[in-house]
Amino acid sequence: MKSAVQTGSHYITGDVACAEGAIAAGCRFFGAYPITPATEIAEHMAERLPDVGGTFIQMEDEIAAIASILGASWTGTKTMTATSGPGFSLMMENLGLGVCTETPCVIVNVQRTGPSTGLPTQTGQGDMMQARWGSHGDYELIAIAPSSPQDCFYHTILAFNLSEKYRVPVLVMADEIVGHMSEKVIIPDAKEIQLIERPKPKGRKDRFKLYEPGPNGVAPMPAIGDGYNVHVTGLTHDERGYPAMTVEAQEEMMTRIKGKIRDNLDDIVHTEEYMMDDADIVIVSYGISVRTGLTAVDEARKLGYKAGLLRLITVWPFPEQMIHDIAARVKGLITVEINLGQVHYEVERCAKGQASTHLVGSAGGKIIHPDKVVSLIKEVFQP
Amino acid sequence: MTKNPKQIGSKQPSHPLDDLIRTDRIPHIWCPGCGIGTVFSSCLTAIKATEIPYNEFTMVSGIGCSARGAGYIKLDSFHTTHGRAIPFASGIKMAKPDLNVIVFSGDGDLFAIGGNHFIHAARRNMDITVICVNNLNYGMTGGQVAATTPSRAKTTTTPFGNPDSPFNLPLLAYASGASYVARWTILHVRDLTNAINEAIRKKGFSFIEVLAPCPINYGRRNKEKSLDTMKLYQEKTIIKNGADPGRADIDFERGVILGTFVDTDRSTCDDMYEVTCRQCSED
Ligand SMILES: Cc1ncc(C[n+]2csc(CCOP(=O)(O)OP(=O)(O)O)c2C)c(N)n1
Ligand code: SF4
Ligand SMILES: [Mg+2]
Repeated sequence: MKSAVQTGSHYITGDVACAEGAIAAGCRFFGAYPITPATEIAEHMAERLPDVGGTFIQMEDEIAAIASILGASWTGTKTMTATSGPGFSLMMENLGLGVCTETPCVIVNVQRTGPSTGLPTQTGQGDMMQARWGSHGDYELIAIAPSSPQDCFYHTILAFNLSEKYRVPVLVMADEIVGHMSEKVIIPDAKEIQLIERPKPKGRKDRFKLYEPGPNGVAPMPAIGDGYNVHVTGLTHDERGYPAMTVEAQEEMMTRIKGKIRDNLDDIVHTEEYMMDDADIVIVSYGISVRTGLTAVDEARKLGYKAGLLRLITVWPFPEQMIHDIAARVKGLITVEINLGQVHYEVERCAKGQASTHLVGSAGGKIIHPDKVVSLIKEVFQP
Repeated sequence: MTKNPKQIGSKQPSHPLDDLIRTDRIPHIWCPGCGIGTVFSSCLTAIKATEIPYNEFTMVSGIGCSARGAGYIKLDSFHTTHGRAIPFASGIKMAKPDLNVIVFSGDGDLFAIGGNHFIHAARRNMDITVICVNNLNYGMTGGQVAATTPSRAKTTTTPFGNPDSPFNLPLLAYASGASYVARWTILHVRDLTNAINEAIRKKGFSFIEVLAPCPINYGRRNKEKSLDTMKLYQEKTIIKNGADPGRADIDFERGVILGTFVDTDRSTCDDMYEVTCRQCSED
């Protein structure tokens, strides 16, 4: 067997870095269906997984791909799939099954421009709201947006850790540029990578209840064959996991599966700041568009503006309080994203009118030029 | 792995299958006269008869009346989404090949919305056992036409009779590459139980179609009481092992063939992965 962690300095694409991050995180089952620009993740997993005792399977479609990783997860295995827009759409029903049954797994969406087949090999960030609300019903999940191949490595590990800890599907919302560009990626020593494993039940099997929450609101999860005889269903269920067709059971279940995320925001929400200390104009961005934002901050600073950048590493759950607090002390918030306004409206919602909110978006296909952000700043604000 | 619980002393169950039933979930949802319960108990009897420890089994279902099976069996069991039991089960099998994975679901679930998954799992010879309760319609949603509904039959969405033709399921399974293919009815409980037992022990993709009445939604609209259906199962079936699956279409006027259509050996998906991918990658 080859080593799971390919320690060293590499010059690789974001897709490959994502696959390496998954393997380093302990992913040992990957089921997927090819689609540009995510295919290279599958290709790399196909080559690498047998090396480390894992399993790769190319399923017949993306519905099967996500179903296979949910099933495999219940054997106690860390699992992942990777896709892009059209495949992501096909996964939506079973994403909800993953949320409802609290099945850890990681779903990578290397976004391209939609709607429909769109611009198949060109970038986009138009699936952000679908990531949040694409499956029917109300729910919480976690979505992470990498900005570079190096991020793809670490953020995939972060995705696995959060998924295992909170028993929730975690989405890695990359995009075509991040997925296809090659950059230096440092893979550290295995012992420097901290991994989190899903909580396991202890105690008497006959008293075990599948969804009885532990201290952080997350229930321990047995694997198939452990002898707990679990019943897992996408129907509304009680603590035993048994179908319970009442409004009370629905309320209880929803309170818990939302609560385990909402009550742990401090642990889950990851952001980064650039030049934020004295900033009164704040660019909010995520994924590839962070690079636009960083250059725009530098350019605006040269022109005498006190610009700063808030980078959302986790886009969902949304850092509501943080945006609210920033809005209270700044003049304006500018969201930069490769769509025609998705996260922008979240920023607007959380700013609650305390600061002006602006969108620098695009219909997709390429990264947004920093000049577009700078000209908006010049148009709206005084240095 | 633990041993199956012995039925001794004061804890003796009141029914020989109680150790495999979630008795705390009874009463079940199935209507009086429904055939699903018979298929379900045959399945439990067959599991028991294999003498394989229960924690080496798992059951996966889709959505439908038949798919509620997973909710009543006392094994690690999964009630998934409509049509997706097979790929969910495939993930389990490939991640942990020593498990015996049984898919228990309906004809609509497995052959309409889930049809693509069925043919691909059979093609790969995924080592799972698929039991299809074929009641010729969508029972759960109130009796709509299915991919198995006979031509001309009345359902809520074919009020003038079904203009389409049904699948011949054994032929489809055979053509897709299944290792074991059989068909029985709920009247043939002993044969059915033996077939499920055989299918579980068979390495490779095993498929059993079980004809079962849905008196409430299908029978009622086609003037067929449960007892009439049972009479058909008795009088209009021909037991013929090794029959040509090409002749297995369901035509009660001509006679419906029951028995084992296919029983062959071919490398399974997990074995092939081991040999082709794991051992090669070590070179
Ligand atoms: C994606 C999706 N589409 C439709 C349904 C509604 N639905 C539930 S069960 C069912 C048909 C079940 O038929 P079958 O598999 O034959 O099971 P039976 O009830 O006859 O045992 C349908 C269409 C659903 N649950 N999910
Ligand atoms: S509707 Fe039909 S299939 Fe469903 S439980 Fe009733 S009789 Fe059985
Ligand atoms: Mg049916």
